[in-house]
Amino acid sequence: MRDGTWNPELPIPMTIREVRQETPAVKRFVLDGSLNAYPGQFVMVWLPGIDEKPFSLMNANPVTLAIAEVGRFTRAMHLLDVGSRLWLRGPFGQGFSLEGRHLLLAAGGYGAAPLVFLARRAREDGRRITVLVAARSREHLLLVEEFRRLGCEVLTCTDDGSDGQPPRLAPLAVEELLQRAAPDALYACGPAGMLDALEALARKYHLSTQLSREAYMRCGIGVCGSCTCGDQLVCRDGPVFRIPG
Amino acid sequence: MAEQLTPHLRVNLCGVPLPNPLVLASGILGTTAELMERVAKNGAGAVTCKSCGPEPRVGHPNPTVLDWGPGLINAVGLANPGIDEAVEILREARRRLQPLGVPLIASVFADSVKGFAEVTRRVCQAEPDLVELNISCPNVEAEFGRPFSLDPEAAAEVTRAARPVCDRPLLVKLSPNVTDVVAIGKAVIAAGADGLTAINTLGPGMIIDIESGWPILANRVGGVSGPAIRPIAVRIVYDLWAHLHVPIIGTGGVTCGRDVIEMIMAGATAVGIGSAVIQDGPAVFSRIAGEVRDFLTSHGYASLNEIRGLAHARRHMES
Repeated sequence: MRDGTWNPELPIPMTIREVRQETPAVKRFVLDGSLNAYPGQFVMVWLPGIDEKPFSLMNANPVTLAIAEVGRFTRAMHLLDVGSRLWLRGPFGQGFSLEGRHLLLAAGGYGAAPLVFLARRAREDGRRITVLVAARSREHLLLVEEFRRLGCEVLTCTDDGSDGQPPRLAPLAVEELLQRAAPDALYACGPAGMLDALEALARKYHLSTQLSREAYMRCGIGVCGSCTCGDQLVCRDGPVFRIPG
Repeated sequence: MAEQLTPHLRVNLCGVPLPNPLVLASGILGTTAELMERVAKNGAGAVTCKSCGPEPRVGHPNPTVLDWGPGLINAVGLANPGIDEAVEILREARRRLQPLGVPLIASVFADSVKGFAEVTRRVCQAEPDLVELNISCPNVEAEFGRPFSLDPEAAAEVTRAARPVCDRPLLVKLSPNVTDVVAIGKAVIAAGADGLTAINTLGPGMIIDIESGWPILANRVGGVSGPAIRPIAVRIVYDLWAHLHVPIIGTGGVTCGRDVIEMIMAGATAVGIGSAVIQDGPAVFSRIAGEVRDFLTSHGYASLNEIRGLAHARRHMES
């Protein structure tokens, strides 16, 4: 019904081609299909008889998801193996838009997935990328090697210092990087508390910033009003929200 | 040359003035005060909140809403925060909408006649401009039993119970899933309703994923809305207006100015917009209002009053 045309947006099946354990909690799922999507957009993943939940894309071609086991649905996801099918609607939402020559990416916890997709696109047109991968402890640092392979400068920080660096929360590490590296733009995805702190930093430093936010979501297409953030709908106006520099 | 008059879109719904006839239908976006304010700022003529009931409900598991092409199918299952929190949300919504001149319609539901009376009484504490009784949700039959909207006496009983505790104009939202909708409309008007909202979603319907064989909605069935049901909504509004001549919010599959004009020619006073928000988000209201104004201008009408019920005047000559 979008744009007056009658194109259904029903779930389409894809088959899992590869599963990789990334951290104790996170598995990467590479599927056999591709989507015309851009970094920061998400899909609704449906497991018949179980539930349907939103996930940011880690890659669109082939469709790749990094999924942490945090509840009933993701536990079911983690039981799937190569050859299993799952169903997708999407891509949905406003993704990241690329700006600036030197990008600072801040990935908190499971937030690394959409930033890998962004880093790949940004590297394709030769932008410089510094990535801060943050997690509560070393074994939860997600997709560090993936960012390195893409040619990003990667730094890590952990809440407990188990990565060998002083224990720090991500926003503190980001503020140091802003002062030291002076990037043109900040992109982040992670827990709400981290993103709120980064939003404050963005305003303090007048830095063009794009934050990918999470919310409890139902329809994914901007009608049910389940995923509000103030007067914004995370599924439709977001999940990426811009703070102008 | 005579100066061309600019038409106005104002309508009067049960004594409540609306800046234009476009009403945000219940169940769409009306979950928070901020979001309802945004819809109003984007050109809605009135805003209906998501139906609230006596107790908080999480609703059905996902998938709950699907875009199947010619429309949507949904089984959200009356997710709502319960009347205590809803009254607070509605008070705040009222505070934000009042300066914009956009009325607030409070939609309520319950699983019993007593429940309807109680929720209606409570919701009036938030001082909405109108109250709408949602007696026609097709998605909670397993828990609630048959919707009140399917039987004239049950529909009337709910209306009679809500009427004395409601100091606002009272609308009743009707189901299309009946053989004689006019009988239901007559019953609720006789029981004290001031107007009608027609129609709630059609069905329930079902969409099956043919790769897996699973019905896609977790509730298996859901209410059908969007352009697929518009001709049915128009016919029901036409029939209700022909027999009752009461204010009607004509709702069902309206996506553009042309559809609004059609609904009003069938007899609607105002026109609900729901599924169409998937096209352009809240901006759908200003777009459609512009299209309605363009139609009135190009056809030389000064207001919607000139075309309301026009289809009833157009009949084949009888020989």
